[in-house]
Amino acid sequence: MAALMLRWSCLGKRWVLACIDGGSRHGRGAAIGLTSRRKRGQSSVAQQPLIAVQKSRKGEHEWAAVVGLEIHAQISSNSKLFSGSQVHFAAPPNSLVSFFDASLPGTLPVLNRRCVEAAVMTGLALNCRINKKSLFDRKHYFYADLPAGYQITQQRLPIAVNGSLAYSVSVGKKPSQVSTRTVRIKQIQLEQDSGKSLHDEPRSQTLIDLNRAGVGLLEVVLEPDMSCGEEAASAVRELQLILQALGTSQANMAEGQLRVDANISVHHPGEPLGVRTEVKNLNSARFLAKAIDFEIKRQIHELENGRKILNETRSFDDKLGCTMPMRDKEGKQDYRFMPEPNLPPLLLYDTASLPPGADPQQVINIDWIRERLPELPGKTREKLIQQYGMLPEHSFTLLNEVGLLEFFQNVIKETRAEPKKVTSWVLNIFLGFLKQQNLAVNESPVTPSALAELLNLLDRKAISSSAARQVMDMKRGNPRAINKLIGLVRKATLSRADPTVIKEILERKLSS
Amino acid sequence: MSSLLSAPSALREDALRRLKREMWARAVKLGLRSWVGWRRGFTSKADPQRSGRVTAEVIEHLERLALVDFGSLEAVARLEKAIAFADRLRAVDTDGVEPMESVLEDRCLYLRSDNVVEGNCAEELLQNAHRVVEEYFVAPPGVND
Repeated sequence: MAALMLRWSCLGKRWVLACIDGGSRHGRGAAIGLTSRRKRGQSSVAQQPLIAVQKSRKGEHEWAAVVGLEIHAQISSNSKLFSGSQVHFAAPPNSLVSFFDASLPGTLPVLNRRCVEAAVMTGLALNCRINKKSLFDRKHYFYADLPAGYQITQQRLPIAVNGSLAYSVSVGKKPSQVSTRTVRIKQIQLEQDSGKSLHDEPRSQTLIDLNRAGVGLLEVVLEPDMSCGEEAASAVRELQLILQALGTSQANMAEGQLRVDANISVHHPGEPLGVRTEVKNLNSARFLAKAIDFEIKRQIHELENGRKILNETRSFDDKLGCTMPMRDKEGKQDYRFMPEPNLPPLLLYDTASLPPGADPQQVINIDWIRERLPELPGKTREKLIQQYGMLPEHSFTLLNEVGLLEFFQNVIKETRAEPKKVTSWVLNIFLGFLKQQNLAVNESPVTPSALAELLNLLDRKAISSSAARQVMDMKRGNPRAINKLIGLVRKATLSRADPTVIKEILERKLSS
Repeated sequence: MSSLLSAPSALREDALRRLKREMWARAVKLGLRSWVGWRRGFTSKADPQRSGRVTAEVIEHLERLALVDFGSLEAVARLEKAIAFADRLRAVDTDGVEPMESVLEDRCLYLRSDNVVEGNCAEELLQNAHRVVEEYFVAPPGVND
């Protein structure tokens, strides 16, 4: 009798405590995947035979999780949002700080045009309504890395509202089973970043570096339309790709250019929403889904055991794999929002409303920006599918891996081989090889030209497919493979070539 | 440089119209002001918010939020007087009047071009600090509230 496992699974928008037969021939059940219950999606219940367990108490065991995200993206600009000091990642402490950033008395904010353009571009790319008039406010709180004691943000009337972001999730075990979801965008606002605090526990002090203080941020607020970690991670990934395609943010999570806070609550379907917690500082793509799923399970567990969820802020400890309460709970923070008295409303125009004879440097035309928007990832994928006849899931993989699209396009340029062959080689063998060696595309010892040449040889049938694979093997440093290839070359040259010369040539080619 | 002259004329006219409306409303109410104040004296006692007393809870909350010190009864009394003074704004009838965003709302927001023109003055800035460690400002630990 196979061991039975109880596991929480995300089933469409429901979290179900399922009894999974560990030894069943259907496999490990659906803890990982999702089944879509929407009208458009596939009904893949057949692949995930979950036997819903009747709980002894209460009877109602179906839970729905609700996840909303607040994403902060650092704007890619030369100077800061309200001052002329430089935006740069690594620099000596406090060297990129102006008098305004340090909040010295007598300094005033002066808005950076590039940051406004970045906000408009992002709003347009996310199908938002751009507010022709938006306002700046002060959000007050005390923290050592916020020298002014307030952050200038856009709470009352942000620059863009009511947009949408489409992303895809896998709905089955096969890679072809993907479904498109949409999350609504509540708003996009411009705000200042704070400085950095380095906690020096042993000496009981905090070291403050204001280089980051005042850097422009785009806060993108996603409505709670998501229901689990995977959906949230996919949405964030797609937003990253869009921001990078626009050039408005490099959105590199490792460098702190993209930070995510999640608002999570659970409830029984049909009942009102539950108390939500905020999980802050999810700064790694890897832990984003993990943290959210943990928090959902934690909340379900607490409620199932008759306890209540506190409306609190938590952080994710990636080593322990769990969320922990962050701040001392003494009631909700009162930010005492007030209009920023030093900044008039931000007015944007379109071609119709542009004031005649206005200084072009002083006006921003939304239509002009819309006409010049770069190609978005969705469009790029569409073109790949049409041009090269690849499957949708291939286009997703090509865009998801940093640098892979460029690599692919370079190989296509230099090779005579069929695009489908190139796609298959790049996505399966090349990518597989990189993953195995734990390398990024830009660290690859195999250059696009090298792969193109290899594929050309394959195409000409000068070498067999297994030989080509062995070349890749050699890049792994497999000496036996080198000898094998020498043997093959000898055969190809009808044993006329000198083996030592062959080895030399091969080694030279392989090390290039 | 921001200037009212370069603001769109439609906005300027709007603001002037509003200002005129407010002034007219105020003038009409002037005659009623003393009467309204007399009435307020009665109604405010019924309304705990306007009772004129600021509770200890609120004082604590304010002290924490704004880092001010209402150290004495005199300070609290002064606060209550200030609130009562500001309350007189309610005497003006603003029905149907669109609120202003700020007194600067008709000025043009100047847009700066994205060039690096400041920074590189760590030494100067650190001179203001009470304590410094290797070009970092030093703050007490757990400074959050």
